Amino acid sequence: MLLLLSWEILARLNILPEYLFPSFTKTLFSGYILIRNGTLWVNVLASFIRVITGFLIGSITGIVLGVIMGYKDAVYRALHPIFSLLMPIPALGWLPLLILWIGINEALPILLVFICSFFPVLYNTVSGIRSVDKGYVEIARSLGASPRKAFFDVVIPLALNNIFTGLRLEAGMAWRTIVAAEMIAIPVGIGALMITSQYLIRVDIIMLCLVILALMTLTSEKLLMLIEDKIIKWR
Amino acid sequence: MTEIKLENVSNKYILKKVNLTIFSKELFMLLGPSGAGKTTLLKAIAGLVDYEGRIFFDGESIDNLPLEERMVGYVPQEFTLFPHMTVEDNIAYGLKARKLPSSTILNKVEQLLDVFGLRNLRKRYPKDLSGGEKQRVAIARALAIQPRVLLLDEPLSNLDPETSKYIREWLKSIIIRRFGITTIWVTHDIREVEELGDRVGILYNGVLEQVGRLREIISSPRTDNIVELLGLHNIFECGVIETDGPFAEIEFQGIRLLAPYDGGKIEKVLIHPQDIVISRETTKTVNTFSGVLEEVDEKIGYVRLKIRVGEAILVSELPLDVYGLLNLRLGEKVFINIRPRAVKLIS
Repeated sequence: MLLLLSWEILARLNILPEYLFPSFTKTLFSGYILIRNGTLWVNVLASFIRVITGFLIGSITGIVLGVIMGYKDAVYRALHPIFSLLMPIPALGWLPLLILWIGINEALPILLVFICSFFPVLYNTVSGIRSVDKGYVEIARSLGASPRKAFFDVVIPLALNNIFTGLRLEAGMAWRTIVAAEMIAIPVGIGALMITSQYLIRVDIIMLCLVILALMTLTSEKLLMLIEDKIIKWR
Repeated sequence: MTEIKLENVSNKYILKKVNLTIFSKELFMLLGPSGAGKTTLLKAIAGLVDYEGRIFFDGESIDNLPLEERMVGYVPQEFTLFPHMTVEDNIAYGLKARKLPSSTILNKVEQLLDVFGLRNLRKRYPKDLSGGEKQRVAIARALAIQPRVLLLDEPLSNLDPETSKYIREWLKSIIIRRFGITTIWVTHDIREVEELGDRVGILYNGVLEQVGRLREIISSPRTDNIVELLGLHNIFECGVIETDGPFAEIEFQGIRLLAPYDGGKIEKVLIHPQDIVISRETTKTVNTFSGVLEEVDEKIGYVRLKIRVGEAILVSELPLDVYGLLNLRLGEKVFINIRPRAVKLIS
Protein backbone atom coordinates (compact mmCIF):
# COMPACT_ATOMS: atom_id res chain seq x y z
CA MET A 1 0.00 0.00 0.00
CA LEU A 2 2.82 2.36 0.99
CA LEU A 3 4.62 1.50 -2.22
CA LEU A 4 1.58 2.34 -4.37
CA LEU A 5 1.05 5.60 -2.47
CA SER A 6 4.72 6.59 -2.94
CA TRP A 7 4.46 5.73 -6.65
CA GLU A 8 1.38 7.95 -7.00
CA ILE A 9 2.96 10.89 -5.11
CA LEU A 10 6.29 10.65 -6.95
CA ALA A 11 4.55 10.62 -10.34
CA ARG A 12 2.42 13.62 -9.43
CA LEU A 13 5.51 15.60 -8.43
CA ASN A 14 6.35 15.56 -12.18
CA ILE A 15 10.08 15.04 -11.64
CA LEU A 16 9.97 12.98 -14.84
CA PRO A 17 7.49 13.67 -17.67
CA GLU A 18 4.25 11.66 -17.38
CA TYR A 19 4.96 9.58 -20.50
CA LEU A 20 8.16 8.29 -18.83
CA PHE A 21 6.82 7.84 -15.30
CA PRO A 22 3.03 7.62 -15.24
CA SER A 23 1.12 7.58 -11.95
CA PHE A 24 -0.40 4.45 -10.44
CA THR A 25 -3.94 5.64 -11.21
CA LYS A 26 -3.01 6.31 -14.85
CA THR A 27 -1.47 2.82 -15.08
CA LEU A 28 -4.60 1.35 -13.54
CA PHE A 29 -6.77 3.20 -16.01
CA SER A 30 -4.66 1.94 -18.94
CA GLY A 31 -5.17 -1.55 -17.52
CA TYR A 32 -8.93 -0.99 -17.52
CA ILE A 33 -8.83 0.10 -21.19
CA LEU A 34 -6.69 -2.93 -22.15
CA ILE A 35 -9.04 -5.29 -20.31
CA ARG A 36 -12.08 -3.76 -22.04
CA ASN A 37 -10.60 -4.09 -25.53
CA GLY A 38 -9.32 -7.60 -24.76
CA THR A 39 -5.61 -6.92 -25.37
CA LEU A 40 -4.49 -7.65 -21.81
CA TRP A 41 -6.56 -10.83 -21.54
CA VAL A 42 -5.17 -12.28 -24.80
CA ASN A 43 -1.54 -11.62 -23.82
CA VAL A 44 -1.78 -12.72 -20.16
CA LEU A 45 -3.66 -15.88 -21.14
CA ALA A 46 -1.07 -16.74 -23.82
CA SER A 47 1.77 -16.42 -21.28
CA PHE A 48 -0.21 -18.29 -18.64
CA ILE A 49 -0.91 -21.28 -20.89
CA ARG A 50 2.76 -21.47 -21.91
CA VAL A 51 3.96 -21.30 -18.31
CA ILE A 52 1.46 -23.90 -17.09
CA THR A 53 2.14 -26.29 -19.98
CA GLY A 54 5.94 -25.99 -19.84
CA PHE A 55 6.00 -26.09 -16.04
CA LEU A 56 3.75 -29.14 -15.79
CA ILE A 57 5.64 -31.13 -18.42
CA GLY A 58 9.03 -30.07 -16.97
CA SER A 59 8.02 -30.80 -13.38
CA ILE A 60 6.40 -34.16 -14.07
CA THR A 61 9.36 -35.29 -16.19
CA GLY A 62 11.76 -33.95 -13.53
CA ILE A 63 9.95 -35.73 -10.69
CA VAL A 64 9.60 -39.07 -12.54
CA LEU A 65 13.21 -39.09 -13.72
CA GLY A 66 14.39 -37.76 -10.34
CA VAL A 67 12.60 -40.58 -8.52
CA ILE A 68 14.23 -43.17 -10.83
CA MET A 69 17.67 -41.55 -10.52
CA GLY A 70 17.32 -41.27 -6.74
CA TYR A 71 16.28 -44.90 -6.39
CA LYS A 72 18.48 -46.62 -8.96
CA ASP A 73 22.15 -45.92 -8.55
CA ALA A 74 22.98 -47.22 -12.03
CA VAL A 75 20.57 -44.73 -13.66
CA TYR A 76 22.01 -41.93 -11.53
CA ARG A 77 25.56 -42.82 -12.53
CA ALA A 78 24.58 -42.95 -16.21
CA LEU A 79 22.59 -39.71 -16.37
CA HIS A 80 24.17 -37.46 -13.78
CA PRO A 81 27.29 -36.60 -15.83
CA ILE A 82 25.12 -35.50 -18.78
CA PHE A 83 22.61 -33.53 -16.72
CA SER A 84 25.24 -31.87 -14.55
CA LEU A 85 26.81 -30.55 -17.76
CA LEU A 86 23.51 -29.26 -19.17
CA MET A 87 22.04 -27.86 -15.96
CA PRO A 88 24.24 -24.74 -15.60
CA ILE A 89 23.20 -23.46 -19.08
CA PRO A 90 20.55 -20.75 -18.54
CA ALA A 91 17.23 -21.64 -20.19
CA LEU A 92 17.45 -18.59 -22.48
CA GLY A 93 20.87 -19.76 -23.65
CA TRP A 94 19.03 -22.44 -25.62
CA LEU A 95 16.93 -19.87 -27.48
CA PRO A 96 19.04 -19.38 -30.65
CA LEU A 97 19.48 -23.10 -31.06
CA LEU A 98 15.79 -23.82 -30.48
CA ILE A 99 14.75 -21.12 -32.98
CA LEU A 100 16.86 -22.87 -35.60
CA TRP A 101 15.70 -26.35 -34.65
CA ILE A 102 11.96 -25.86 -34.16
CA GLY A 103 11.33 -22.34 -35.49
CA ILE A 104 9.30 -19.55 -33.89
CA ASN A 105 6.06 -21.14 -32.86
CA GLU A 106 4.08 -22.00 -29.73
CA ALA A 107 6.40 -24.91 -28.88
CA LEU A 108 9.38 -22.58 -28.45
CA PRO A 109 8.38 -20.77 -25.21
CA ILE A 110 6.90 -23.98 -23.79
CA LEU A 111 10.18 -25.78 -24.39
CA LEU A 112 12.11 -22.96 -22.70
CA VAL A 113 9.88 -23.16 -19.61
CA PHE A 114 10.27 -26.93 -19.71
CA ILE A 115 14.08 -26.59 -19.66
CA CYS A 116 14.00 -24.05 -16.85
CA SER A 117 11.68 -26.23 -14.71
CA PHE A 118 13.10 -29.65 -15.47
CA PHE A 119 16.62 -29.52 -14.04
CA PRO A 120 15.96 -27.95 -10.63
CA VAL A 121 12.93 -30.18 -10.02
CA LEU A 122 14.97 -33.21 -11.14
CA TYR A 123 17.84 -32.53 -8.77
CA ASN A 124 15.64 -31.56 -5.83
CA THR A 125 13.77 -34.83 -6.33
CA VAL A 126 17.00 -36.84 -6.56
CA SER A 127 18.37 -35.27 -3.39
CA GLY A 128 15.00 -35.74 -1.65
CA ILE A 129 14.89 -39.44 -2.48
CA ARG A 130 18.53 -40.01 -1.59
CA SER A 131 18.32 -38.14 1.70
CA VAL A 132 15.55 -40.33 3.15
CA ASP A 133 16.99 -42.23 6.11
CA LYS A 134 17.42 -45.91 5.16
CA GLY A 135 16.22 -46.78 8.66
CA TYR A 136 12.63 -45.98 7.61
CA VAL A 137 12.85 -48.42 4.71
CA GLU A 138 14.37 -51.09 6.97
CA ILE A 139 11.52 -50.72 9.44
CA ALA A 140 8.87 -50.78 6.69
CA ARG A 141 10.47 -53.93 5.27
CA SER A 142 10.70 -55.66 8.63
CA LEU A 143 7.03 -54.86 9.20
CA GLY A 144 6.18 -56.74 6.04
CA ALA A 145 6.36 -54.23 3.18
CA SER A 146 7.87 -55.30 -0.13
CA PRO A 147 10.73 -53.11 -1.42
CA ARG A 148 8.30 -51.48 -3.87
CA LYS A 149 5.67 -50.82 -1.20
CA ALA A 150 8.27 -49.41 1.20
CA PHE A 151 9.43 -47.07 -1.58
CA PHE A 152 5.98 -45.73 -2.36
CA ASP A 153 4.74 -45.63 1.26
CA VAL A 154 7.83 -44.21 2.89
CA VAL A 155 10.52 -42.88 0.55
CA ILE A 156 8.35 -40.82 -1.79
CA PRO A 157 6.26 -39.12 0.93
CA LEU A 158 9.42 -38.23 2.85
CA ALA A 159 11.04 -36.80 -0.29
CA LEU A 160 8.09 -34.46 -0.92
CA ASN A 161 9.65 -31.67 1.11
CA ASN A 162 12.56 -31.40 -1.30
CA ILE A 163 10.38 -31.90 -4.36
CA PHE A 164 8.14 -28.98 -3.36
CA THR A 165 11.15 -26.77 -2.73
CA GLY A 166 12.18 -27.36 -6.35
CA LEU A 167 8.66 -26.70 -7.61
CA ARG A 168 8.30 -23.46 -5.66
CA LEU A 169 11.63 -22.11 -6.88
CA GLU A 170 10.82 -22.93 -10.46
CA ALA A 171 7.27 -21.57 -10.49
CA GLY A 172 8.69 -18.04 -10.24
CA MET A 173 11.55 -18.79 -12.60
CA ALA A 174 9.11 -20.02 -15.26
CA TRP A 175 7.40 -16.62 -15.40
CA ARG A 176 10.71 -14.78 -15.66
CA THR A 177 11.82 -17.07 -18.48
CA ILE A 178 8.60 -16.81 -20.47
CA VAL A 179 8.63 -13.00 -20.39
CA ALA A 180 12.22 -12.90 -21.59
CA ALA A 181 11.46 -15.39 -24.39
CA GLU A 182 8.40 -13.44 -25.50
CA MET A 183 10.39 -10.21 -25.57
CA ILE A 184 12.91 -11.74 -27.92
CA ALA A 185 11.02 -14.05 -30.22
CA ILE A 186 7.29 -14.41 -29.61
CA PRO A 187 4.66 -11.97 -30.88
CA VAL A 188 1.96 -12.57 -28.24
CA GLY A 189 2.26 -12.66 -24.44
CA ILE A 190 3.15 -10.33 -21.59
CA GLY A 191 6.75 -10.04 -22.75
CA ALA A 192 5.64 -9.24 -26.31
CA LEU A 193 3.18 -6.63 -25.00
CA MET A 194 6.00 -5.00 -23.03
CA ILE A 195 8.26 -4.80 -26.09
CA THR A 196 5.46 -3.38 -28.25
CA SER A 197 4.75 -0.83 -25.50
CA GLN A 198 8.39 0.14 -25.48
CA TYR A 199 8.27 0.91 -29.23
CA LEU A 200 5.13 2.99 -28.64
CA ILE A 201 6.65 4.66 -25.55
CA ARG A 202 3.72 3.45 -23.42
CA VAL A 203 5.46 3.24 -20.07
CA ASP A 204 2.06 2.91 -18.34
CA ILE A 205 1.48 -0.45 -20.10
CA ILE A 206 5.04 -1.61 -19.36
CA MET A 207 4.47 -0.84 -15.67
CA LEU A 208 1.11 -2.59 -15.77
CA CYS A 209 2.78 -5.69 -17.24
CA LEU A 210 5.44 -5.58 -14.52
CA VAL A 211 2.76 -5.43 -11.82
CA ILE A 212 0.91 -8.37 -13.43
CA LEU A 213 4.15 -10.32 -13.69
CA ALA A 214 4.94 -9.72 -10.03
CA LEU A 215 1.42 -10.81 -9.06
CA MET A 216 1.51 -13.95 -11.22
CA THR A 217 4.92 -15.01 -9.85
CA LEU A 218 3.86 -14.41 -6.28
CA THR A 219 0.52 -16.18 -6.78
CA SER A 220 2.20 -19.23 -8.33
CA GLU A 221 4.63 -19.52 -5.43
CA LYS A 222 1.89 -19.01 -2.82
CA LEU A 223 -0.37 -21.53 -4.53
CA LEU A 224 2.37 -24.14 -4.44
CA MET A 225 3.04 -23.36 -0.78
CA LEU A 226 -0.66 -23.87 -0.09
CA ILE A 227 -0.67 -27.24 -1.89
CA GLU A 228 2.53 -28.19 -0.06
CA ASP A 229 0.99 -27.37 3.33
CA LYS A 230 -2.11 -29.40 2.44
CA ILE A 231 -0.09 -32.44 1.37
CA ILE A 232 2.75 -32.35 3.91
CA LYS A 233 0.62 -32.12 7.02
CA TRP A 234 3.13 -33.82 9.29
CA ARG A 235 5.80 -31.10 9.16
CA MET B 1 6.55 -69.19 21.20
CA THR B 2 9.94 -69.06 19.61
CA GLU B 3 13.42 -70.20 20.56
CA ILE B 4 16.23 -68.35 18.79
CA LYS B 5 19.49 -70.12 18.02
CA LEU B 6 22.55 -68.47 16.48
CA GLU B 7 25.32 -70.67 15.07
CA ASN B 8 28.64 -69.05 14.22
CA VAL B 9 26.98 -65.80 13.16
CA SER B 10 29.63 -63.50 11.71
CA ASN B 11 29.52 -60.30 9.77
CA LYS B 12 32.31 -58.76 7.73
CA TYR B 13 32.24 -55.56 9.80
CA ILE B 14 32.06 -56.66 13.42
CA LEU B 15 30.44 -59.94 14.50
CA LYS B 16 32.76 -62.88 15.12
CA LYS B 17 31.24 -66.36 15.28
CA VAL B 18 28.47 -65.63 17.74
CA ASN B 19 26.85 -68.76 19.19
CA LEU B 20 23.81 -68.25 21.35
CA THR B 21 20.52 -69.84 22.28
CA ILE B 22 17.67 -67.71 23.58
CA PHE B 23 14.84 -69.67 25.11
CA SER B 24 11.21 -69.34 24.28
CA LYS B 25 9.54 -66.38 26.09
CA GLU B 26 12.88 -65.31 27.55
CA LEU B 27 13.83 -61.66 28.02
CA PHE B 28 17.48 -61.87 27.06
CA MET B 29 19.67 -58.85 27.76
CA LEU B 30 22.54 -58.09 25.41
CA LEU B 31 25.09 -55.88 27.07
CA GLY B 32 28.14 -54.24 25.55
CA PRO B 33 29.90 -50.93 25.02
CA SER B 34 29.27 -48.71 21.98
CA GLY B 35 30.54 -50.29 18.78
CA ALA B 36 30.49 -53.82 20.24
CA GLY B 37 28.17 -55.08 17.50
CA LYS B 38 24.94 -55.23 19.51
CA THR B 39 22.83 -53.43 16.88
CA THR B 40 24.46 -55.43 14.08
CA LEU B 41 23.54 -58.66 15.84
CA LEU B 42 19.91 -57.56 16.11
CA LYS B 43 19.93 -56.49 12.47
CA ALA B 44 21.34 -59.86 11.45
CA ILE B 45 18.45 -61.61 13.22
CA ALA B 46 15.98 -59.20 11.59
CA GLY B 47 17.59 -59.82 8.19
CA LEU B 48 18.65 -56.21 7.76
CA VAL B 49 22.38 -56.91 7.32
CA ASP B 50 24.30 -59.67 5.57
CA TYR B 51 25.84 -62.33 7.77
CA GLU B 52 27.50 -65.70 7.66
CA GLY B 53 26.54 -68.58 9.90
CA ARG B 54 23.04 -69.76 10.66
CA ILE B 55 20.04 -68.46 12.55
CA PHE B 56 17.20 -70.73 13.63
CA PHE B 57 13.75 -69.98 14.97
CA ASP B 58 12.40 -73.06 16.72
CA GLY B 59 14.94 -75.23 14.96
CA GLU B 60 14.10 -73.97 11.47
CA SER B 61 16.65 -71.95 9.56
CA ILE B 62 15.52 -68.43 8.67
CA ASP B 63 18.65 -67.55 6.70
CA ASN B 64 16.92 -67.67 3.34
CA LEU B 65 13.74 -65.95 4.45
CA PRO B 66 13.30 -62.40 3.12
CA LEU B 67 13.08 -59.97 5.97
CA GLU B 68 9.35 -59.32 5.53
CA GLU B 69 8.74 -63.03 6.16
CA ARG B 70 10.89 -63.40 9.27
CA MET B 71 8.13 -62.03 11.52
CA VAL B 72 10.57 -60.07 13.62
CA GLY B 73 9.49 -56.99 15.56
CA TYR B 74 12.46 -54.65 15.47
CA VAL B 75 12.52 -51.42 17.46
CA PRO B 76 15.60 -49.34 16.64
CA GLN B 77 17.26 -47.07 19.16
CA GLU B 78 15.88 -43.88 17.61
CA PHE B 79 12.40 -45.46 17.28
CA THR B 80 12.19 -44.46 13.56
CA LEU B 81 8.49 -43.71 13.56
CA PHE B 82 7.24 -42.77 10.11
CA PRO B 83 7.00 -38.98 10.44
CA HIS B 84 4.25 -38.67 7.83
CA MET B 85 1.92 -41.11 9.55
CA THR B 86 -0.20 -40.58 12.65
CA VAL B 87 0.20 -42.78 15.71
CA GLU B 88 -2.56 -45.15 14.59
CA ASP B 89 -1.23 -45.30 11.02
CA ASN B 90 2.23 -46.14 12.33
CA ILE B 91 0.81 -48.98 14.41
CA ALA B 92 -1.36 -50.21 11.54
CA TYR B 93 1.40 -50.08 8.92
CA GLY B 94 2.68 -53.64 9.30
CA LEU B 95 -0.86 -55.02 9.27
CA LYS B 96 -1.74 -53.09 6.11
CA ALA B 97 1.53 -54.16 4.46
CA ARG B 98 0.52 -57.75 5.15
CA LYS B 99 -2.88 -57.05 3.57
CA LEU B 100 -4.95 -58.17 6.55
CA PRO B 101 -8.70 -57.48 6.47
CA SER B 102 -9.53 -53.95 7.59
CA SER B 103 -11.70 -55.20 10.49
CA THR B 104 -8.72 -57.19 11.84
CA ILE B 105 -6.47 -54.16 11.46
CA LEU B 106 -8.96 -51.94 13.27
CA ASN B 107 -9.37 -54.39 16.16
CA LYS B 108 -5.65 -54.91 16.57
CA VAL B 109 -4.89 -51.19 16.48
CA GLU B 110 -7.62 -50.42 19.02
CA GLN B 111 -6.27 -53.13 21.31
CA LEU B 112 -2.69 -51.80 21.11
CA LEU B 113 -3.80 -48.20 21.59
CA ASP B 114 -5.41 -49.32 24.85
CA VAL B 115 -2.55 -51.51 26.06
CA PHE B 116 0.02 -48.79 25.43
CA GLY B 117 -2.14 -45.90 26.65
CA LEU B 118 -2.09 -44.18 23.28
CA ARG B 119 -5.80 -43.74 22.64
CA ASN B 120 -5.72 -39.97 23.13
CA LEU B 121 -2.70 -39.61 20.87
CA ARG B 122 -3.98 -41.69 17.95
CA LYS B 123 -4.29 -38.77 15.52
CA ARG B 124 -1.01 -37.13 16.45
CA TYR B 125 2.09 -37.12 14.27
CA PRO B 126 5.42 -38.26 15.77
CA LYS B 127 6.73 -34.69 15.91
CA ASP B 128 4.07 -33.94 18.53
CA LEU B 129 5.02 -36.86 20.81
CA SER B 130 7.41 -36.98 23.76
CA GLY B 131 10.30 -39.47 23.85
CA GLY B 132 8.33 -41.87 26.05
CA GLU B 133 5.27 -41.68 23.80
CA LYS B 134 7.37 -42.32 20.69
CA GLN B 135 8.88 -45.35 22.37
CA ARG B 136 5.45 -46.80 23.17
CA VAL B 137 4.26 -46.26 19.60
CA ALA B 138 7.40 -47.93 18.22
CA ILE B 139 6.94 -50.98 20.43
CA ALA B 140 3.19 -51.15 19.72
CA ARG B 141 3.96 -50.99 15.98
CA ALA B 142 6.46 -53.83 16.31
CA LEU B 143 4.02 -55.95 18.34
CA ALA B 144 1.11 -55.31 15.96
CA ILE B 145 2.34 -57.89 13.46
CA GLN B 146 2.44 -60.53 16.22
CA PRO B 147 6.14 -61.15 15.72
CA ARG B 148 7.83 -64.39 16.65
CA VAL B 149 10.62 -62.45 18.35
CA LEU B 150 11.00 -58.89 19.52
CA LEU B 151 14.30 -57.04 19.15
CA LEU B 152 14.67 -53.88 21.22
CA ASP B 153 17.74 -51.75 20.55
CA GLU B 154 18.43 -49.68 23.68
CA PRO B 155 14.73 -48.86 24.07
CA LEU B 156 15.28 -46.62 27.08
CA SER B 157 18.34 -44.71 25.95
CA ASN B 158 16.39 -41.75 24.55
CA LEU B 159 14.34 -41.28 27.69
CA ASP B 160 15.18 -39.22 30.73
CA PRO B 161 16.29 -41.29 33.78
CA GLU B 162 12.99 -40.84 35.68
CA THR B 163 10.79 -41.98 32.76
CA SER B 164 13.20 -44.75 31.92
CA LYS B 165 13.09 -46.15 35.48
CA TYR B 166 9.29 -46.08 35.51
CA ILE B 167 8.95 -47.66 32.08
CA ARG B 168 11.41 -50.56 32.57
CA GLU B 169 9.21 -52.78 34.70
CA TRP B 170 6.03 -51.84 32.88
CA LEU B 171 7.60 -52.73 29.55
CA LYS B 172 8.83 -56.06 30.85
CA SER B 173 5.37 -56.96 32.12
CA ILE B 174 3.79 -56.00 28.77
CA ILE B 175 6.29 -57.90 26.65
CA ILE B 176 6.67 -61.03 28.70
CA ARG B 177 3.47 -61.43 30.71
CA ARG B 178 0.95 -60.03 28.28
CA PHE B 179 2.44 -60.93 24.88
CA GLY B 180 4.85 -63.69 25.93
CA ILE B 181 7.31 -62.92 23.16
CA THR B 182 10.93 -64.04 23.11
CA THR B 183 12.81 -60.76 23.37
CA ILE B 184 16.36 -59.54 22.96
CA TRP B 185 16.88 -56.24 24.76
CA VAL B 186 20.10 -54.44 23.89
CA THR B 187 21.58 -52.12 26.49
CA HIS B 188 24.81 -50.64 27.71
CA ASP B 189 23.34 -49.94 31.14
CA ILE B 190 24.02 -52.61 33.76
CA ARG B 191 21.11 -51.31 35.90
CA GLU B 192 18.67 -52.40 33.20
CA VAL B 193 20.24 -55.86 33.26
CA GLU B 194 20.07 -56.03 37.05
CA GLU B 195 16.39 -55.15 37.10
CA LEU B 196 15.05 -56.91 34.04
CA GLY B 197 16.97 -59.76 32.58
CA ASP B 198 16.70 -63.50 32.94
CA ARG B 199 20.09 -63.97 31.35
CA VAL B 200 22.59 -61.60 29.84
CA GLY B 201 25.12 -61.93 27.04
CA ILE B 202 28.19 -59.71 27.07
CA LEU B 203 29.27 -58.66 23.59
CA TYR B 204 32.65 -57.05 23.20
CA ASN B 205 34.18 -56.13 19.87
CA GLY B 206 31.89 -58.55 18.03
CA VAL B 207 32.68 -61.48 20.33
CA LEU B 208 30.11 -62.89 22.72
CA GLU B 209 32.42 -63.18 25.72
CA GLN B 210 30.08 -64.63 28.33
CA VAL B 211 26.45 -65.64 28.71
CA GLY B 212 24.68 -66.34 31.96
CA ARG B 213 22.85 -64.83 34.88
CA LEU B 214 24.27 -61.49 35.93
CA ARG B 215 25.16 -62.78 39.40
CA GLU B 216 27.15 -65.63 37.86
CA ILE B 217 29.01 -63.29 35.56
CA ILE B 218 29.79 -60.84 38.35
CA SER B 219 31.06 -63.71 40.53
CA SER B 220 33.35 -65.07 37.88
CA PRO B 221 33.90 -62.74 34.93
CA ARG B 222 35.60 -64.65 32.14
CA THR B 223 37.60 -61.80 30.58
CA ASP B 224 39.20 -58.46 31.50
CA ASN B 225 36.78 -56.78 29.08
CA ILE B 226 33.87 -57.92 31.23
CA VAL B 227 35.59 -56.71 34.40
CA GLU B 228 36.07 -53.36 32.70
CA LEU B 229 32.57 -53.16 31.28
CA LEU B 230 30.77 -54.14 34.46
CA GLY B 231 33.11 -52.19 36.71
CA LEU B 232 34.11 -55.33 38.62
CA HIS B 233 37.47 -53.99 39.85
CA ASN B 234 36.46 -54.15 43.49
CA ILE B 235 35.19 -57.69 43.99
CA PHE B 236 36.42 -59.56 47.05
CA GLU B 237 35.62 -62.73 48.93
CA CYS B 238 34.27 -61.75 52.30
CA GLY B 239 33.17 -63.06 55.65
CA VAL B 240 30.18 -62.01 57.75
CA ILE B 241 30.82 -60.45 61.16
CA GLU B 242 27.17 -60.09 62.06
CA THR B 243 23.76 -59.45 60.52
CA ASP B 244 21.30 -57.00 61.99
CA GLY B 245 17.91 -56.78 60.25
CA PRO B 246 18.33 -55.29 56.76
CA PHE B 247 22.09 -54.76 57.27
CA ALA B 248 25.13 -56.97 57.58
CA GLU B 249 28.65 -56.18 58.75
CA ILE B 250 31.16 -57.92 56.55
CA GLU B 251 34.94 -58.10 56.43
CA PHE B 252 37.42 -58.57 53.62
CA GLN B 253 41.19 -58.12 53.65
CA GLY B 254 41.10 -56.20 56.93
CA ILE B 255 38.28 -53.85 55.91
CA ARG B 256 34.93 -53.89 57.73
CA LEU B 257 31.88 -52.62 55.85
CA LEU B 258 28.20 -52.13 56.57
CA ALA B 259 26.03 -53.37 53.69
CA PRO B 260 22.35 -53.92 52.94
CA TYR B 261 21.38 -57.54 53.50
CA ASP B 262 18.31 -59.42 52.31
CA GLY B 263 19.07 -62.85 53.73
CA GLY B 264 20.95 -65.74 52.16
CA LYS B 265 24.54 -66.80 52.03
CA ILE B 266 27.16 -64.10 51.46
CA GLU B 267 30.31 -65.04 49.57
CA LYS B 268 31.58 -61.96 47.83
CA VAL B 269 31.28 -58.22 47.98
CA LEU B 270 31.23 -55.85 45.01
CA ILE B 271 31.78 -52.10 45.05
CA HIS B 272 31.59 -50.14 41.79
CA PRO B 273 34.58 -47.79 41.36
CA GLN B 274 32.23 -44.79 40.89
CA ASP B 275 30.74 -45.45 44.32
CA ILE B 276 34.01 -44.92 46.18
CA VAL B 277 34.16 -41.30 47.32
CA ILE B 278 37.61 -39.80 47.93
CA SER B 279 38.35 -36.85 50.24
CA ARG B 280 41.30 -35.28 52.01
CA GLU B 281 39.45 -35.02 55.33
CA THR B 282 37.65 -37.76 57.25
CA THR B 283 33.85 -37.44 57.45
CA LYS B 284 33.48 -39.80 60.44
CA THR B 285 30.51 -41.55 58.84
CA VAL B 286 30.12 -45.32 58.49
CA ASN B 287 32.26 -47.11 55.89
CA THR B 288 34.99 -44.44 55.99
CA PHE B 289 38.64 -45.53 55.95
CA SER B 290 42.01 -44.02 55.42
CA GLY B 291 44.29 -45.27 52.68
CA VAL B 292 47.27 -44.37 50.54
CA LEU B 293 47.06 -43.30 46.90
CA GLU B 294 49.21 -45.77 44.99
CA GLU B 295 48.39 -45.25 41.33
CA VAL B 296 46.72 -42.68 39.06
CA ASP B 297 45.60 -43.61 35.56
CA GLU B 298 44.03 -40.89 33.39
CA LYS B 299 41.28 -42.18 31.09
CA ILE B 300 39.04 -40.29 28.68
CA GLY B 301 36.80 -38.11 30.84
CA TYR B 302 37.72 -39.71 34.16
CA VAL B 303 40.65 -40.79 36.36
CA ARG B 304 41.12 -44.25 37.81
CA LEU B 305 42.83 -44.31 41.21
CA LYS B 306 44.23 -47.29 43.12
CA ILE B 307 44.16 -46.83 46.89
CA ARG B 308 45.66 -49.21 49.38
CA VAL B 309 43.44 -49.74 52.43
CA GLY B 310 44.94 -52.29 54.78
CA GLU B 311 45.80 -55.28 52.63
CA ALA B 312 43.28 -54.43 49.93
CA ILE B 313 43.68 -52.32 46.82
CA LEU B 314 40.46 -50.46 46.05
CA VAL B 315 39.83 -48.92 42.64
CA SER B 316 37.99 -45.62 42.47
CA GLU B 317 36.95 -43.62 39.43
CA LEU B 318 36.55 -39.86 39.60
CA PRO B 319 35.42 -37.37 36.97
CA LEU B 320 38.38 -35.31 35.71
CA ASP B 321 37.11 -32.06 37.24
CA VAL B 322 36.64 -33.62 40.69
CA TYR B 323 40.12 -35.13 40.53
CA GLY B 324 41.52 -31.72 39.59
CA LEU B 325 39.84 -30.08 42.59
CA LEU B 326 41.20 -32.69 45.01
CA ASN B 327 44.77 -32.03 43.86
CA LEU B 328 46.07 -35.43 45.03
CA ARG B 329 49.66 -36.69 44.95
CA LEU B 330 50.97 -40.24 44.81
CA GLY B 331 51.77 -41.68 48.24
CA GLU B 332 49.44 -39.21 49.92
CA LYS B 333 47.02 -40.25 52.69
CA VAL B 334 43.38 -40.01 51.60
CA PHE B 335 40.01 -40.92 53.08
CA ILE B 336 37.50 -43.05 51.26
CA ASN B 337 33.82 -43.40 51.95
CA ILE B 338 31.43 -46.00 50.59
CA ARG B 339 27.68 -45.55 51.10
CA PRO B 340 26.25 -48.76 52.59
CA ARG B 341 23.72 -48.90 49.71
CA ALA B 342 26.62 -48.99 47.24
CA VAL B 343 28.00 -52.20 48.77
CA LYS B 344 26.61 -55.18 46.90
CA LEU B 345 26.72 -58.61 48.52
CA ILE B 346 26.89 -61.60 46.19
CA SER B 347 25.84 -65.08 47.15
